[in-house]
Amino acid sequence: MDPLKRLENELKNCVKCGACRAHCPVFTAVGREPVSARGKIALARAALSGQLSLDARTRDVMSKCLLCGRCVEKCANDVPTDLIILAAREAVARKRGTTLFHRLVGFFLRNRAFLSGGATLVSLFGPLLFRKVPASSGLRLRFPLPFIGGQRHFPKIAAKPFLARHPEIIPGEPGRPRIVYFVGCMTNFIYPEIGEAAVTLLKSLGCTIIIPKDQQCCGFPALSGGDLDTFRELAERNLAALENQQPDYIMTACASCGGAFHRMYPLVIGERFPDLAERFHALAEKAVDASVLLQKLGLTPDQGANPLQEITYHDPCHLRSRGIVRQPRELLRAVPGLNLVEMKNADSCCGLGGTFTVHHYGTSMGINAGKTAAIKSAGVPTVVTGCPGCMLQLSDGLHRAGSRVRVQHTLEILARNLSRR
Amino acid sequence: MNDNARRVRSLPERFQCRGIFHRSVYDAVRRWNTMVKARIIAELQKIVGKDNVSTEKQDLICYSYDATQVEFLPDVVVFPANADQVSFVLRLANKENIPVFPRGAGSGCSGGSLPKGGGIVLVTTRMNKILSIDTDNLIAVVEPGVITGDLHDAVEKEGLFYPPDPASLRFSTLGGNVAECAGGPRAVKYGVTKDFVLGLEVVLPTGDVINTGGITVKGVVGYDLTKLLCGSEGTLGIITRIILRLLPLPESRKTMLAVFDSIDGAAGAVSTIIRSRIIPTTLEFMDHSALQCVENQFSLGIPAEAEAVLIMELDGEKELVEKQVGRIGELIRPLGLISFKAAADAAEAEELWKARRLISPALKKVNPDKVNEDIVVPRSRVPDIIRTIEGIRDKYGIPIVNFGHAGDGNIHVNIMIDRSIPGDSEKAEGAVREIFQATLDMGGTMSGEHGIGLSKAPYISLELSREQIATMKAIKQALDPKNILNPGKIFPE
Repeated sequence: MDPLKRLENELKNCVKCGACRAHCPVFTAVGREPVSARGKIALARAALSGQLSLDARTRDVMSKCLLCGRCVEKCANDVPTDLIILAAREAVARKRGTTLFHRLVGFFLRNRAFLSGGATLVSLFGPLLFRKVPASSGLRLRFPLPFIGGQRHFPKIAAKPFLARHPEIIPGEPGRPRIVYFVGCMTNFIYPEIGEAAVTLLKSLGCTIIIPKDQQCCGFPALSGGDLDTFRELAERNLAALENQQPDYIMTACASCGGAFHRMYPLVIGERFPDLAERFHALAEKAVDASVLLQKLGLTPDQGANPLQEITYHDPCHLRSRGIVRQPRELLRAVPGLNLVEMKNADSCCGLGGTFTVHHYGTSMGINAGKTAAIKSAGVPTVVTGCPGCMLQLSDGLHRAGSRVRVQHTLEILARNLSRR
Repeated sequence: MNDNARRVRSLPERFQCRGIFHRSVYDAVRRWNTMVKARIIAELQKIVGKDNVSTEKQDLICYSYDATQVEFLPDVVVFPANADQVSFVLRLANKENIPVFPRGAGSGCSGGSLPKGGGIVLVTTRMNKILSIDTDNLIAVVEPGVITGDLHDAVEKEGLFYPPDPASLRFSTLGGNVAECAGGPRAVKYGVTKDFVLGLEVVLPTGDVINTGGITVKGVVGYDLTKLLCGSEGTLGIITRIILRLLPLPESRKTMLAVFDSIDGAAGAVSTIIRSRIIPTTLEFMDHSALQCVENQFSLGIPAEAEAVLIMELDGEKELVEKQVGRIGELIRPLGLISFKAAADAAEAEELWKARRLISPALKKVNPDKVNEDIVVPRSRVPDIIRTIEGIRDKYGIPIVNFGHAGDGNIHVNIMIDRSIPGDSEKAEGAVREIFQATLDMGGTMSGEHGIGLSKAPYISLELSREQIATMKAIKQALDPKNILNPGKIFPE
């Protein structure tokens, strides 16, 4: 069935009140109706009725969305604009094929060996591709590459990905929960420290930790480009890899991966493959963000070896939209000697939007500008957040603004502040 | 696609359907129209810059609608940056006889910004600067594309206050607010938009740019063009600068919720409060239909015997406000009060507003299509009009939900129908007519805040006499001889 036709009733629920214009970060930055939720819904309806063709310009307009979910949250009629935009992107991809960028993304995600190999190559040849930026710990490209903004600062790619560092099963104490850790690509290749912190924290709680070797990318980048075939393939592989381990919980420490499990798998895959729906819903039930899980398991950080004094916290969109706002803050506030200073607009979007930042780097950084300013105004040396994607973007923004504020993951702060057992 | 959508076919498309002349004639006409159109587009590009003119289908669609869900495709959308550019666009439009439709956020409820018949949509949102906030003279000067809520934030930082608070304030623009003379809950105490506009810079339909009013609170030199333009719904000029009067920001604000066992009790409470010289900032009500609607959908725990609810806010000096809250509690107790709660802080206040804010989503679940009117009756007649509407509801057998600004008698009447069911649209029209007539019979008016636009144009002769309409049309004719600025609005064509 046509992906937009599936959402026909949802499309009709938009009454064009325009309230979404107040909440869309892209609309605030760009100021044109087509990028607002209301505009996109109107275009999706026009595409469905045949009034609008699924041409390159439609594809371009539909790509101007961070999938941050604010419009969905604030819509008085609960119109699922994020799903509508994904359906529109899928419809365009079915008609015109996916873009070259997304074909590459799909290839690397489906063929994990190439992904890992590619990461290793970049890590080995890093010095050839990148030069260090002295003022920060970031890297800059030496010469322009396709798809990547030349101004962007990069973190280093890990020499050894996280998944290669630990055995699949780390046994815990008897009677303690079985936690399957879904790592996600950002943690695996770029921020393995997050994974190390996760393992440390779960070990301290006596949990059995399972890190399935055959876990895949959650698939969000593929879904984002309208490549539903790749998305479904990855979802099914993940389903198998995780189900088989019989977890008590499936922990994610990446807000976006968590969003994939909670919303995209059941609502996008489960919706159109009813025989898989139940299993994806069961997976969504088990999936839990690290901050929620650690709080549930009674994590009590006490003063560790390196106490930080002052931090601020940035709410990732894919945690905020799932109502996970309180838990990370409570965990952080429970660390003795740690002062959590709230920044202005802590829940405003960092501007990454996954592949949005690849397609629309300028707008992405425009959205980030307010966030960078808010972090600087908070006057603290460290900003903490629960999503490695946000970490990438926040670092880039801060480095470009000449700021020395460090970006850390919630789990890193918590792990640092556990007394050694 | 929405049944409400009525796509206007452009000239070439219209000609495709006739079979009278030889095909070559139509091709020639189409080629001519395309050439003419291309030339006009080129001129528009010269005026506002290439990036600020669009004929792309995606843009035409996105600027074809407003909150009434009716759509008309324009031919081109332009985004001017200043009054000069607006002036040049209007001069061109006059020369070429092309209609121009000004637009802010496109969130209007009466079709005022819809490009019916095709033409140029002129979007004001690029002109979005707050030019100055004068804390000595309590004046703000703004461009029309400034979002009302952003002005609130900016002046409140300076300890000042811009009272008009239409429900759309987080996304509607001040230009739109002025053109429609927007209201909001605070109107009961402070008045509506026109009460705060001291002056304007406006581009007349022929392209001349004039200033009206000024920065002084008093002034009577020549006709009051400022007041004429407020509420003129974009038919007499395009506003490019607004001078607004501000007030000092009240020290504190208190929110209260009172639940009554009858609409008369609630109405009695409204009069009693005002008679005792307390003018609340906000005096919102929800009738039984609205309460039931929200309770059915969201189970907030609204008691079954609740017939009406008043949400009130007081602002002013802290001690006085506290005293007034106590007074109100006492005054309304004997009026069939079921419960009364005053919020202790902002979070609790939000809770009290919850039911009111949930009406919109709850309505959608009653029936998919809404016909929305905002009638005004004298405050004392609110229970009468509610009873009349209940009668009309029963007569036509369609749900009608009422809520609104009890303090000034402005009721939002929501007739919920399903346009896909044959006969429902006609029932709604019949109900609207009867409601308007009853409103007028009570000495009220058809529109308190939303304006006439397209939606109410067919009904204005119920309220305005032939002479009134002729006088208004004479003004329109004088300012816009070619009828190119927002044609078809207010007066039925």
